[in-house]
Amino acid sequence: MIEYIPLILEGMLLNIKLLLLSLVVATLCGIFAAQFRLSKSRIFQNISFAYSTLIRGIPSLVFIFLFYYGIQEILNRLGDRYGWDYIDFNAFTAGILALGVTYGAYMAETFRGALMAVPKGQIEAGHAYGMTSLTVFRRITLPAMIPHALSGYSNIFLVLAKDTALVSIIGLREMTSLGNSIGNSIQMPFLVLSIVAILFLAITAVSDLFFKSIEARVNRRGQ
Amino acid sequence: MDFSAVFSNIHLFLEGLTLTLELLLLSLFFGFILAVPLALIASNNIFILTRVAKAYIYFVRGTPLLVQLFLVYYGFAQFDWNDKQNPLWTEFFSQAYWCAMFTFSLNTAGYTAEIFRGAIIRTPKGEIEAGRACGMSAFTLYQRIILPNAFRRAIPAYGNETIFMLHGTPLASIITVEELFGVTNIIRSRYFIDLEPLLFATVIYMLITFSIVGLFYVTERKFLRHLRVNSR
Repeated sequence: MIEYIPLILEGMLLNIKLLLLSLVVATLCGIFAAQFRLSKSRIFQNISFAYSTLIRGIPSLVFIFLFYYGIQEILNRLGDRYGWDYIDFNAFTAGILALGVTYGAYMAETFRGALMAVPKGQIEAGHAYGMTSLTVFRRITLPAMIPHALSGYSNIFLVLAKDTALVSIIGLREMTSLGNSIGNSIQMPFLVLSIVAILFLAITAVSDLFFKSIEARVNRRGQ
Repeated sequence: MDFSAVFSNIHLFLEGLTLTLELLLLSLFFGFILAVPLALIASNNIFILTRVAKAYIYFVRGTPLLVQLFLVYYGFAQFDWNDKQNPLWTEFFSQAYWCAMFTFSLNTAGYTAEIFRGAIIRTPKGEIEAGRACGMSAFTLYQRIILPNAFRRAIPAYGNETIFMLHGTPLASIITVEELFGVTNIIRSRYFIDLEPLLFATVIYMLITFSIVGLFYVTERKFLRHLRVNSR
């Protein structure tokens, strides 16, 4: 069964790719949703509140299915009506977007708290200097926000790292589904799945160390 | 948008919903019972037991629920079970429903134990000193002071854990338990229709989630009343 280890590690690579890409999507969704929630416009506030509350009320698996099969079906129906060619919705893209949108909703809450903790005076000072909003965000808000957001962010990251296993259900050949197939074919599913579990623990442990080191550096800077 | 496939099979969805709630409530119940001793062991320094408890919690929290489910459902079939005659196999582990219940209970026990352990550790030192000054034994200290307050402190986090457990129940449909999401998939493949059954399932899950959130809001108002900021 040793010859299957490279295959499982390839699956682990897919898991890590999914994790990092959905992390990017989730962070972007989270920051935008948090900014919307804190804006002066009622409409943006409501959009953000609806996004955060509704998405957090749906199980990840149900949302992944809804996103992948639902959008594929919508594309099919529209294609039927307007006579387009058959459009295919890639499972990899669907997985990344679905996970990103789901965890973006959780990140929106974390970032909202962190953004509210940035002293208003610093932002006003930035505007007084003539900085554009983007520059203010990049040079003032973002660095001030990171210490407050870090523990929530690392928690969501760790949950996301484990939820990448769910995309095996929509057909991607990541660690869990590979572990299942290999285990069934050599009739030692417990052994192979235990190895998969230990690899997930490895991902979690490495991420944990990474975030602890960032926390140490960020806290040191405050002195 | 044609919901006839959903509404003509509403009885199936209701059966699935019943199974979901059964799975959720029983897993939470068994998990809770397991979690309290686990948390007590993990928050103290008992010989080797503490290390074992902490290792168990680390494993359960560090691996995906799906992998744990597969480990039990597919993995336990690898063992001999006395040539598959052992009643533990024939009555329990060979059936998907009990495998799911077993895995969910162990999973929620791990997360809940971590919640309780954190709450126990955060007991204010003054309260423990006062208890000791009154001459309480360790058992009375736990029974009168530490545990009641730890449970109160844990209510918000336990509410989150209940929601996560609810969000975990669809995974049981992957090992062929016909709970709500399993019924959804059956209807999907029977009528070759994807969007409407999934939308329906989404709405039902949302309703259950919001009910649980409301339930815990009321519970927090009652049991954490001493922490509320009153604008009197």
